[in-house]
Amino acid sequence: MIEPREVVLTVNGERRSGPCEPRMTLVDFLRETLGLTGTHVGCEHGVCGACTVLLEGESVRACLMFAVQADGASLTTVEGLAPAGEMNDLQRAFQEHHALQCGFCTPGILTTATALLRDNPEPSEDAVRHAISGNICRCTGYQPIVRAIMDCARRRKAEKRAGGAA
Amino acid sequence: MKPAPFDYVAPATLDEALAVLVERGDEAKVLAGGQSLVPVLALRLASPAWLIDLNRIASLSGIRRLESGELAIGALTRHRMVERSDVVANANPLLASAMPWIAHVQIRNRGTIGGSVAHADPAAELPGICLACDAMLTVQSRRGRREIAAADFFKGMFETALAADELLTEIRFPAWPAGRAYGFLEVARRHGDFAICGIATTVDRDAEGRIADSRIVAIGLADRPLRLTAAERALAGTKGDRDAIEAAAAAATSGLTARSDLHASSEYRIELAQTLTRRTLMQALPSQTRWP
Repeated sequence: MIEPREVVLTVNGERRSGPCEPRMTLVDFLRETLGLTGTHVGCEHGVCGACTVLLEGESVRACLMFAVQADGASLTTVEGLAPAGEMNDLQRAFQEHHALQCGFCTPGILTTATALLRDNPEPSEDAVRHAISGNICRCTGYQPIVRAIMDCARRRKAEKRAGGAA
Repeated sequence: MKPAPFDYVAPATLDEALAVLVERGDEAKVLAGGQSLVPVLALRLASPAWLIDLNRIASLSGIRRLESGELAIGALTRHRMVERSDVVANANPLLASAMPWIAHVQIRNRGTIGGSVAHADPAAELPGICLACDAMLTVQSRRGRREIAAADFFKGMFETALAADELLTEIRFPAWPAGRAYGFLEVARRHGDFAICGIATTVDRDAEGRIADSRIVAIGLADRPLRLTAAERALAGTKGDRDAIEAAAAAATSGLTARSDLHASSEYRIELAQTLTRRTLMQALPSQTRWP
């Protein structure tokens, strides 16, 4: 029997902890141990991108890390993008543009796009497509997803300009 | 699927890691970025009793330009850090140009240069770049340290010259000569997939503009990255004009048999290697290639 380890980490600004076997992936730890089921688990071998979370701000596949490796780390999951019951501007853009149908891929794409727009606030359509190339969506054909991300970037820019003028 | 049970140790220093490797090497796998190893575990293609996680060893990560002009990259340096590094862009533009071709951003945020090289996937970009650049690989164990030339490191599919008690700790790229031209391209079914075939090219010319030296390296073609020496010979001494490029492309795969799998036949890979040899030479020598 392999001894479980206690993992302590910060998720969405909150200190969380729990036991896990070394073989438990980070996504299973988030979902099963911490009850944060917003992060989805799809292929479990790094192909589909559904489990993407932000580790120290950078997008990573939570199925390709073990929870023990995240001890002491700071994570953001889809639950951390906006206060409970609310949506941020990126999420609203997804809603407006119908950028999801079944929604299974959405948490991974939202976290991926969050990192993209932070690093590249005015991405070209090519850059958006490149950024989400590691996230598989079987419903939308990607067009509305790309439009939602581009629209969110445009609105942020417009707001910034308006803020600057005022 | 879930990985089979394993025990886990995350040494804080290289010395500790090397000691654990002596103790557990036979029944352990070394975990770097995990972007290849964790899928292997999840699919239960391997079920080691131990994982030795290197991620707590800060000294294995970093990018340095040495006084000699060499570029030294710690084995645990993440792809994304290499991709975004101005030091790398200046010191080795071929390496920099290959980075965005590696998988997807989420993988590059986690995957490491040393992990990719030590894993030795025949279609991976970095082993090919190491070979094209004559990189030196620093390897350490409790017995000491040694340097292995990239040309001697890759032994076959997922096989390297690393002994069971050794860790790859640093990759050193020789200084980039002034005026060196380069090209990199690959073909995959979808962006971010492993290449069906890719070509990395460097070209050095003498004062008269004749090609003094070149490297044309194929990935995905064989069981390891491969120098296409017949193409290199076809270029030697020429001005790298259209005829020379065509001759190099035609010669690229002479005497070679490419591997065949569900992604592409051997014949298709041979075609790709020739075409990408031509195109990477056109990237490297654009002034020579205004086709009429």
